[in-house]
Amino acid sequence: MANGSSMDKPLTGDLRSDGAVLDLAAYEKAGGYEALRRVIKEMTPADVLKEITDSRLRGRGGAGFPTGQKWSFVPMGENAPTPKYLVANADEMEPGTFKDRMLLEGNPHLLIEGMILAAYTIQATDGYIFLRWAYKLAAERIVRALAEARDKGYLGKNILGSDYSFELDLHTSAGRYMCGEETGLLNALEGKRANPRAKPPFPQVSGLWGKPTIVQNVETLCNIAPILRNGAQWYLGLSRSEDGGTKLYGVSGKVKRPGAWELPLGTTIREILERRARGMQDGHQFRGVLPGGASTDFLVEEHLDTKMDYGSVQAAGSRLGTGLMVVLDDKTSVVGMVLNLERFFAQESCGWCTPCRDGLPWTARILQGLLEGRGRPGDLERLEMQTRMMGPGNTFCALAPGAMEPLQSALKYFREDFEKLIPSVLSHEISC
Amino acid sequence: MLTEQERERIRAEATHYDYPQAACVEALKIVQEGHRWVSDEHLKEVAGLLDMSPEALDSVATFYNLIFRKPVGENVILLCDSVSCWILGYENICAHLKTRLGVELGETTADGKFTLLPMACLGTCDRGPAMMVGSDLHRNLDNEKVDEILGRYRQTPEA
Amino acid sequence: MATIYVDDRPYEVDPGKNLLEECLSKGLDLPYFCWHPALGSVGACRQCAVKQYRDENDRRGRIVMACMTPAMDGARFSIRDKDAAQFRAGIIELLMSNHPHDCPVCDEGGECHLQDMTVMTGHNYRGYRFGKRTFTNQQLGPFINHEMNRCITCYRCVRYYRDYAGGKDLDAFASHNHVYFGRHEDGALENEFSGNLVEICPTGVFTDKTLKEHYTRKWDLQTAPSVCAHCSLGCNTIAGERYGQLRRVLNRYNAEVNGYFLCDRGRFGYDFVNGDKRLRQPLLGEGGEARPASATEALERGSSLLGRESRVIGIGSPRASLESNFALRTLVGARNFFSGMAAGEDHLVARMLRVLRGGRVRTPSLREVESADAVFILGEDVTQTAPLLALAVRQAVKQAPRKEAMGLRIPRWDDAALREVMQQDKGPLYIATTGETRLDEVAAASCRGAPDDVARLGFAVARALDETAPEVDGLSGGERELAEAIAGALRAAERPVVVSGSGSGSEAVIDAAAQVARALGRERPADLCFAAAESNSFGLGLLNAMNTSEAFQRVADGHVDTVVVLENDLYRRAPRAAVDALLASVRVVALDHSTSGTTAGAALALPAGAFAEAEGTVVSNEGRAQRFYQVYVPQGETRPAWRWLHDLARAAGRAELSTLGSPDALLAALARAVPVFAPLPGGLPAASFRVNGEKVPRQSPRASGRTAIQADVSVHEPKPPGDPDSPLAFTMEGYPQQPPSALITRFWAPGWNSVQSLNKFQSEVGGALTGGDPGVRLLEPGSDGDGAYTADIPAAFERRDGEVLVVPLYHIFGSDELSAAAPAVAQRSPGPYAALNPGDARRLGVQDGEYVEIELDGAAYQLPARLMASMTAGVLGVPMGVGSVRGLDVPAWSPCRRV
Ligand SMILES: Cc1cc2nc3c(=O)[nH]c(=O)nc-3n(C[C@H](O)[C@H](O)[C@H](O)COP(=O)(O)O)c2cc1C
Ligand code: SF4
Ligand code: FES
Repeated sequence: MANGSSMDKPLTGDLRSDGAVLDLAAYEKAGGYEALRRVIKEMTPADVLKEITDSRLRGRGGAGFPTGQKWSFVPMGENAPTPKYLVANADEMEPGTFKDRMLLEGNPHLLIEGMILAAYTIQATDGYIFLRWAYKLAAERIVRALAEARDKGYLGKNILGSDYSFELDLHTSAGRYMCGEETGLLNALEGKRANPRAKPPFPQVSGLWGKPTIVQNVETLCNIAPILRNGAQWYLGLSRSEDGGTKLYGVSGKVKRPGAWELPLGTTIREILERRARGMQDGHQFRGVLPGGASTDFLVEEHLDTKMDYGSVQAAGSRLGTGLMVVLDDKTSVVGMVLNLERFFAQESCGWCTPCRDGLPWTARILQGLLEGRGRPGDLERLEMQTRMMGPGNTFCALAPGAMEPLQSALKYFREDFEKLIPSVLSHEISC
Repeated sequence: MLTEQERERIRAEATHYDYPQAACVEALKIVQEGHRWVSDEHLKEVAGLLDMSPEALDSVATFYNLIFRKPVGENVILLCDSVSCWILGYENICAHLKTRLGVELGETTADGKFTLLPMACLGTCDRGPAMMVGSDLHRNLDNEKVDEILGRYRQTPEA
Repeated sequence: MATIYVDDRPYEVDPGKNLLEECLSKGLDLPYFCWHPALGSVGACRQCAVKQYRDENDRRGRIVMACMTPAMDGARFSIRDKDAAQFRAGIIELLMSNHPHDCPVCDEGGECHLQDMTVMTGHNYRGYRFGKRTFTNQQLGPFINHEMNRCITCYRCVRYYRDYAGGKDLDAFASHNHVYFGRHEDGALENEFSGNLVEICPTGVFTDKTLKEHYTRKWDLQTAPSVCAHCSLGCNTIAGERYGQLRRVLNRYNAEVNGYFLCDRGRFGYDFVNGDKRLRQPLLGEGGEARPASATEALERGSSLLGRESRVIGIGSPRASLESNFALRTLVGARNFFSGMAAGEDHLVARMLRVLRGGRVRTPSLREVESADAVFILGEDVTQTAPLLALAVRQAVKQAPRKEAMGLRIPRWDDAALREVMQQDKGPLYIATTGETRLDEVAAASCRGAPDDVARLGFAVARALDETAPEVDGLSGGERELAEAIAGALRAAERPVVVSGSGSGSEAVIDAAAQVARALGRERPADLCFAAAESNSFGLGLLNAMNTSEAFQRVADGHVDTVVVLENDLYRRAPRAAVDALLASVRVVALDHSTSGTTAGAALALPAGAFAEAEGTVVSNEGRAQRFYQVYVPQGETRPAWRWLHDLARAAGRAELSTLGSPDALLAALARAVPVFAPLPGGLPAASFRVNGEKVPRQSPRASGRTAIQADVSVHEPKPPGDPDSPLAFTMEGYPQQPPSALITRFWAPGWNSVQSLNKFQSEVGGALTGGDPGVRLLEPGSDGDGAYTADIPAAFERRDGEVLVVPLYHIFGSDELSAAAPAVAQRSPGPYAALNPGDARRLGVQDGEYVEIELDGAAYQLPARLMASMTAGVLGVPMGVGSVRGLDVPAWSPCRRV
């Protein structure tokens, strides 16, 4: 069994501090593929599913759906459609998010083993790692790791002599935030435009090429092998919240030591900001934080003692999201930052549904107008109306509602920053 | 015209899937490896190899950020313009790059050495500002570092 | 059935449908864009938002898209809810943020779905103050105009063009608010059904380029229900006129026939009516010269040509109405009336009718073909000869995989989800033809052979289906296997359809198709769909007349003084030399809308009304008799042919016809004379028909300039022409509401100016028109023909040295006489060619493009060779009706050499 650090840091405990990759030998030495050997011999898919469900693992890609429950929707048994697919979502394009890169570059076997185990659970025969194009180093390392795993009989036909077979390939994207949305990802994998698909039917029933498919975030999948190695109870014990495990947290922005760390799920924002990121850079004051990537609501000073877990962040009015924070300081323009975000979302809109396609560019233009001194009375109301138009359920997928989260919360917490940019009615009328 | 080797690679990619279309992004990337961008002629050739219409392939090609349907320079600079890098000084770096290269975003230098493009988050937000030149990632950028990096790519002859 | 509540009112609905279609079916207005009844839902535009409530206590509810929400029992919705209404107005505002404000110069203006929906949502003040994105447009060929700035990105065009019609060269490009719909580069849209984009597109992006040439607003067009004149399917159309010019043709929905769509030949072929070859005045032929004359002069000449003592025969026409043909038959007497079809064609039509009237088979409507789950096409290139039948077959191949996909509990309307599960799976479609066809790409298997071999495969399939059917000798192992496979697929299907027609020119092929259908139809009649050549081929066939060769024989025998030729260019029916001889030996009275070789050689040529200028009835390939109505009163001396004939009869003192001065009178007489037409007079609204005592107006209440329209001629407002022949009026006065389905002159309803107003005319969305779809089916499975198997199976084709078997090929643009005279269609027509197998070409020593010479009926034809691997060795295909290639009696053997 592995050393102490990997017992409380199952994802990163074994990562090498020099940035080099854990090769197969090093991974095996740290207990790698033990879980697979055991599972393949001793456990049925139903056993594995129960363990994962008991571990209370929830998705780490942003939406936080319980993983065991998601797998339970896959049709099983003789009459289930074939083939079934498992896809790792390694598209990581959410601004402010850089956690999956760490895992992919540092320990690709952890993902691969997790995928084999997940695939076994749903009896998938084919899998893909859908990797974003920019992660060149990760791609190299994954390709090598896949070859190592195949050579060792962990992957491919009759895994470890069992009658279970699983093929796993790397697919690299050509760049689009929408590739990270799970149904957009499936379309991208099929060689189509990464437009999202309507749900239902859910991918678990009709996914890749219309066959049952599970899409799971890299970090989520990296938890599978440790859970099966050490048990659901151990996993629950790692957490400081009702959901199981650790979480990769990170901080970017004007803090002293930006970075990412694996900590118990439910560590507070303050602890992460102050103990890990060492507080704000000199001469900068904290004003707010996007707790889980670009598509989460701002939290402010009063929320600093919020636990970074699914329920607590939601109760505070935001979302855990990816768990990687972007910090807003007092020298940075709030409106400028929101404009930057909305431009990103407008640019990355796939163009499928109206509110997102046409609403985001308009939103960005209003913000730009404010910054350029061309604001007008009514602009803030218009922005608020956009946040309603693009609210959850109103758009086809979650991109636009995500885009509205930083905007609506900025309008709430930093309203004066916006109002300052609107000339008074009188001067505006005269200048016309 | 694609080389026979490129055609062979594309055909091989297509065999990985039940539907050849699934290999189309991969195929376009193979074209770009050899030719930097995808011309109309190449597009039609690839479409033929994958049993797609040029329209169907172009529909996919024009959707993705990193399939270039217009000529690009020897080195494509992808400068991260997303939120963390923006907070950390993207605008300065961008202005500096534009002056040094004498181009606007989206343009290619007169000598064809560089194309400067904005890019969404590169996933290295703790070490921004960041950019990629070709497939190399450069982080914690400042103006001096940018000059030094540009200098390096200026010197290397085309591979 | 299920009950749902909309704004607290209960409605009985079909839970298999979505809320949007059910709302529209119940007459509730709800705006939408990306949904289309023929395309299903994808939920992209977000325009059809409504509130859904959990139960009667839920006051907050949540916004859902009606098109993506099943109409489930007990579900509660609100259209009126304030949030939903605001959201819908907000969506329009977003769509308008990039849409130009150019309605006054936009061709769609006044019949624009976006305009209608904008008004419906109440959005009227623009909040967007920034620049709009702009695009460049593409040249998409002679049919479709492209104006991309008007796009609202509803994706309907690509979904229709690619997913529904099988087109390849239109797609969506780029992303975010730059999505662009067009081709990869400029060029004519290749799909044969591209014109439907005009009606599919909810704005002015894709508009009718031929209309643009002589543009008129919808409300200024005088319109009448019409029936397409360009093939045998009888698609329903609405034809519109202004200032004496036919301006455009739109689809007229008929659930059983063409549904929502037309082919490009039917939509754009109308312009021959405005062509410079139109005959506008009578011509008196004298010594090879022709002199224009007045109607009085013409009737005088006519009376001398048709005088009691002269021996007169009449040659009818499969492109003229029953009324005109029957008028001619009455004028000359049944024993002197000829069908106007060449001998070969006439035999084929007779054969098809005998089969269809013979029991064990029935002729399906196009709608029924669409819902077939297995199709076997024998010898007919339907895309080129009966285009909309090909579109129906393209839908049919989706039936089997769709059924399977629906097993995952995906509703039928959930288009994207179904297509994802279906992927590229196709239901069984088998094709056997002489040349390659556009449908091959969706076929499970297609094979090529000479007509006799095509027929033999059919007979083999029949045998595989039923052991009591005669055996086919000398089949190869491969042929036997294919026959077994086809038989298996047909047997396994719930609704198999066999498709064939006269296109191959082979009676054996028709017999073979009949044999297959009979073998399938042992328990209940099997669907057998025959394509014929022209709009009234079946009508003429049912008149049971002699053929054109027999007419020529009668003349050659010296028993004829005068031949009356009705809307027929004999040069397309017989070899040139034979027609030349006929014109030289007798006096000809020719009635036609345009000049032709026949009118040029006639002693008297009379200007007949084209389809839009006359009223009449035609019988489609389904055996459906349908009436087209006069759209406008033509200029000059042009009259409907039946009226000329009536007037001639009077002038010549031929009493038989002189009492039959109207279409109703002619049809009544026809029904008495030929029993198969008996249902007609009762089945079609008579001229005396009134709604609430009123006529149905051809002009919209908004027609502008009525008092000024002829101010250049006279400042007095002219009395509008009356119409004694139909229940329609040439004015805007009349019954202001919806007329019965056969008399729909335009699709319009309050608040619905675009063609989408159709939902107000249907009993339910996508269903029959209110009161039933128009048309009278004349062919039902009966016993007045023969339903027995034939043992007359041809021997296998054997190629001959030094000779080729010349077979007919067809082109949607070019083979049809009338549409080929429309400039836009002419642009898309190929030149003449000779299609041959590369092996044959090698033997002849010709390369692609070099000329070969063939000889048929004593005439030599020099044609550029087109090498096609799909052509069977020993067989040579020529495109019918194209250039000099007309009047051929093929298939026939011909010598063939290099020029
Ligand atoms: C616009 C958009 C982008 C997304 N990008 C990613 C991504 O890059 N990586 C990821 O794992 N999930 C992403 N997601 C979430 C996925 O849709 C999906 O919920 C996730 O991959 C499921 O995996 P999990 O349950 O393991 O979190 C994105 C969602 C949206 C709406
Ligand atoms: S997406 Fe749209 S029209 Fe389209 S109909 Fe629905 S939501 Fe409705
Ligand atoms: S914001 Fe630049 S790397 Fe993430």
